[in-house]
Amino acid sequence: MTIDMLLMSPALILILGAFLLPVFKGSMRKVLTLALPLITLVAVWEVGDGVQVTASFLDYELELVEGNNLSRLFALVFSIMAFAGGLFALNRKNITEMVAAFVYAGSAIGVALAGDLVTVFIYWELMAVASTIVVWSARTEASAKAAMRYAIIHLFGGVVLMIGVIGYAQETGSIDFVRMIPNSFATWAILVGFLINTGAPPLSAWLPDAYPEGSWSGTVFLSAFTTKTAVYVLLVGFAGTELLIWLGLYMIFYGIIYALLENDMRRILAYSIINQVGFMLVAAGIGTEMAINGAAAHAFTHIIYKALLLMSAGSVMYMTNGKRKCTDLGGLFQSMPFTTLAGIIGALAISSVPWTSGFISKSMTSQAAFDEGLAFTWFCLVAASAGVFLHAGIKFPWFVFFQKDSGLRPKDPPWNMKAAMALFSILCIWIGVQPEYLYAILPFPTDYQPYTQAHVYEMLQLLLYSGLAFFVLLKLMKRTLTITLDVDWVYRKLLFNAARKATIVITKFNRSFGNTKNKLVSKIITLATEHHNPRGVLARTTPAGEMAFWMIVVLCAYLIIYLFV
Amino acid sequence: MLTSDPWLILLVVVPLLAAPVCVLLRNATAAWAVALVVSWSIFGIAVKLLIQVLEQGEVFYRIGGWDAPWGIEYKLDPLGAFVVVIIATIGAVVIPYAKKSVENEIQKERIYLFYTMMLLCISGLLGITVTGDAFNLFVFLEISSLSSYVLISMGQDRRALTAAYRYLIMGTIGATFYIIGVGLMYQMTGSLNFADLSTIMPAIADTRTVLAALAFLTVGISLKLALFPLHMWLPNAYTFAPSAVTAFLAATATKVSLYVLLRIFFTVFGEVDLFATFPLQPVLIGMALAGMFLASLSAIWQENLKRMMAYSSVAQIGYMVLGVALATEAGLAGGIIHLFNHALVKGTAFLAIGAIIYSTGAVTLRDLRGVGKSMPLLMAAFIVAGLGLIGVPLTAGFVSKWQLVTATLEADMWPLAALILLSSLLAVIYVWRIFEVAYLRDSHLAPVKIIKKLPLSMLIPTWILALASLYFGTHATLTMDIAHTAARQLMGGM
Repeated sequence: MTIDMLLMSPALILILGAFLLPVFKGSMRKVLTLALPLITLVAVWEVGDGVQVTASFLDYELELVEGNNLSRLFALVFSIMAFAGGLFALNRKNITEMVAAFVYAGSAIGVALAGDLVTVFIYWELMAVASTIVVWSARTEASAKAAMRYAIIHLFGGVVLMIGVIGYAQETGSIDFVRMIPNSFATWAILVGFLINTGAPPLSAWLPDAYPEGSWSGTVFLSAFTTKTAVYVLLVGFAGTELLIWLGLYMIFYGIIYALLENDMRRILAYSIINQVGFMLVAAGIGTEMAINGAAAHAFTHIIYKALLLMSAGSVMYMTNGKRKCTDLGGLFQSMPFTTLAGIIGALAISSVPWTSGFISKSMTSQAAFDEGLAFTWFCLVAASAGVFLHAGIKFPWFVFFQKDSGLRPKDPPWNMKAAMALFSILCIWIGVQPEYLYAILPFPTDYQPYTQAHVYEMLQLLLYSGLAFFVLLKLMKRTLTITLDVDWVYRKLLFNAARKATIVITKFNRSFGNTKNKLVSKIITLATEHHNPRGVLARTTPAGEMAFWMIVVLCAYLIIYLFV
Repeated sequence: MLTSDPWLILLVVVPLLAAPVCVLLRNATAAWAVALVVSWSIFGIAVKLLIQVLEQGEVFYRIGGWDAPWGIEYKLDPLGAFVVVIIATIGAVVIPYAKKSVENEIQKERIYLFYTMMLLCISGLLGITVTGDAFNLFVFLEISSLSSYVLISMGQDRRALTAAYRYLIMGTIGATFYIIGVGLMYQMTGSLNFADLSTIMPAIADTRTVLAALAFLTVGISLKLALFPLHMWLPNAYTFAPSAVTAFLAATATKVSLYVLLRIFFTVFGEVDLFATFPLQPVLIGMALAGMFLASLSAIWQENLKRMMAYSSVAQIGYMVLGVALATEAGLAGGIIHLFNHALVKGTAFLAIGAIIYSTGAVTLRDLRGVGKSMPLLMAAFIVAGLGLIGVPLTAGFVSKWQLVTATLEADMWPLAALILLSSLLAVIYVWRIFEVAYLRDSHLAPVKIIKKLPLSMLIPTWILALASLYFGTHATLTMDIAHTAARQLMGGM
């Protein structure tokens, strides 16, 4: 691979460029932080159709960069995200996080542009390592532990993926990354490896465990790349696999229920990532052109509005010295009007309110389910839209910026953070108002019309009623209000309580399971420490006599094997 | 096609004769210069021979003009040539590095002895690889072993003496086992020549004497190979030896032992299908797995970097033996390619540790806070080696891992593939510990102090090996082809 080929790989611009950051100081560093993603953006835009850059590995030809509409779309939004994230984090002192974040973003772009499974795997692993360091960079005790757990899950995912890739190469003699059907050990392993990164059950917990422990700027990066690259590879490799629909539906409701129970504002948003990725998985599982368009568009818009939400949460943390619990916050709209506005725009977009980006993307998935006659799926998706509005659309801005007056009077954050939020707010609305630009770059040509009267009314009705429900339930949750006994109310309260009880039981079970697991894990660790520490039986200095004894044992073993077996 | 080539004997004779020259010179710098010239010319010869073997087939040389099997025959096939190149490369890289490192760690008046012993050790290891004679192999085994005991005992720490002594006891038992095995075989066949033995063997392979011989040979070599559970001599020997010695031995000595194991299993007993006759596969796989997991775990808990890497070596030997135990062409190729790749990776790691000791005087993790900031270039090479141990893509370790997993999947043993990859996650943990201490932990505190500036003569060799491991991680076709050729030839004997 020569230098000019290197420059043709947008991923490497960002990855290698990241290591230049610590070399510079002050304003030069800031300029570079903003310039690198922009150069990458241009390079992504310039990637032509088909295989662009190749390298050889053993007997295989690696397609390091291969362009098509789908891959360019993902690479594009990843570069935009890297730019806005860089802008938002401009005044973060910790350079480790910035380098790791750019390597992370670069490897996500690398996955999106990879034409073969080995390249996917290489960037996949790099992504795991870089994102672990991003989590770790919050430099708290909790973040160090969360980073370790996060790394274990993702490296395990990497192991599964690698077995799959090698097995696939052996079965088919090819490493080309094309549509697969999960019908063999290798393809199943690849699918499982991919799914682990989406946050699919049963390993969903890594996401809300790790992401909220990132720093105020780190979590913004974390929200964008890992899950969305996983969606991308599923769209390429496993579109149309029915299993994905069911996993997606599970994730949608898992995300909603846990987000509703959560008190930490960033954990709410983390659960909501699982919920949103669930929508994309459903679309990937449907697998029609409309569905793939829907998943791609949704991933594009979701990255932007979820980052916007986390930026507003990050700004609150930044200005309040790390407060993140809903119960500690509230009433911030008075002193943080700008951040509040950004948070609300993000919340509206995630709730797919008409004239925001969420509306024009998410509805495509529902449409695809409708077109395919998947009635149950369609019904779930509609119901879930209401749930999204509840947990992310209203709960987040309400508890953080309004609710009670917490007495906190933080100011709006510095200019660069405001600029990043402004950029994404504008994008959220602009894409919503002028969807044709996004539609033009989708993988398949589409003439989908989001703004029909029926769509808009349906959505507005749904949102208004769930909005109403929130404020009613809110009082129930706070348990401050005596309730007028209306038949309707009893019915709702019973249902609500039943649901709440059920989730509490589930949570308790999960916790106790987690505890026994932890006990088991700590037992194993103690055992290993006892045996393997420098004085332990397996690692201490052994006297010659003991070593000779072992030689005799092994000799006897071999004599028995050779002579008597 | 066989060609007779006197270069083959030069490979052994040149360092063997240069060793007494160093003694006569009695001067550190002069001895170093001799060793340098010798090691570089050997490197040249080794590369020449490798090309010749690959292009024109096996090379042989008959000592004193006596025909085999009566006389001693030296013979080089692709596998041997590959191992010879590894030894010569590491030698050529370690000798220039050793100058400063040794001046720092060994008393001045004993330095010339160091180079004498290094030359003897190189000569012994090369001799083991080129000889086609079982007894001659024993002689070279003893030359390399005795010189390595002396080299280890030269370490700064007083515990180097006991470590060397223990290794001496164990190594001697191992060598004795080997020679007992050879003796029993000789009793049955009247021959010591490997090629000759392999033609006689099928007729007498089921006699008790030969099987007992095989048991002695297997155990004796397993000890030199440091195959779990016979690895116990290795951690102390590597930890307390002078840094240059550790780097050299870690990258070559155990590799040569693996070569001997392959010779015995696949050349001498090549016509006898050992793996089909005996439950050898589960036994070897069991030991390999135990080594991979238990030694990696031990590495995680070590505070001393050298010791950590020593345990990691035991684990890596497990991977090589695992490949061999599959007894398929792909498996053998996996073992052989890892032999090469691991020599580069572990060589880099130990050279880097030696440089750290030179510059900071510290070798335990707790004393090395922020060493990544104090010695950025050197630690970068160390991290490259660490990534290679894990088997991260783009490093040589990834190629090994790829080939080993391919081989296990080909043999329909996917749980084994999963175990290979899971055990590599243990390497992640110990490499992370180093990384964390070097770059991340308590970064607000002042990093470890540099006592002596690192000379280029130590930095450059470290980076040569690091770059080689990156190069062969991305351009694996050449090494992979050699490994496959060697494996095919070994399997052809079966």
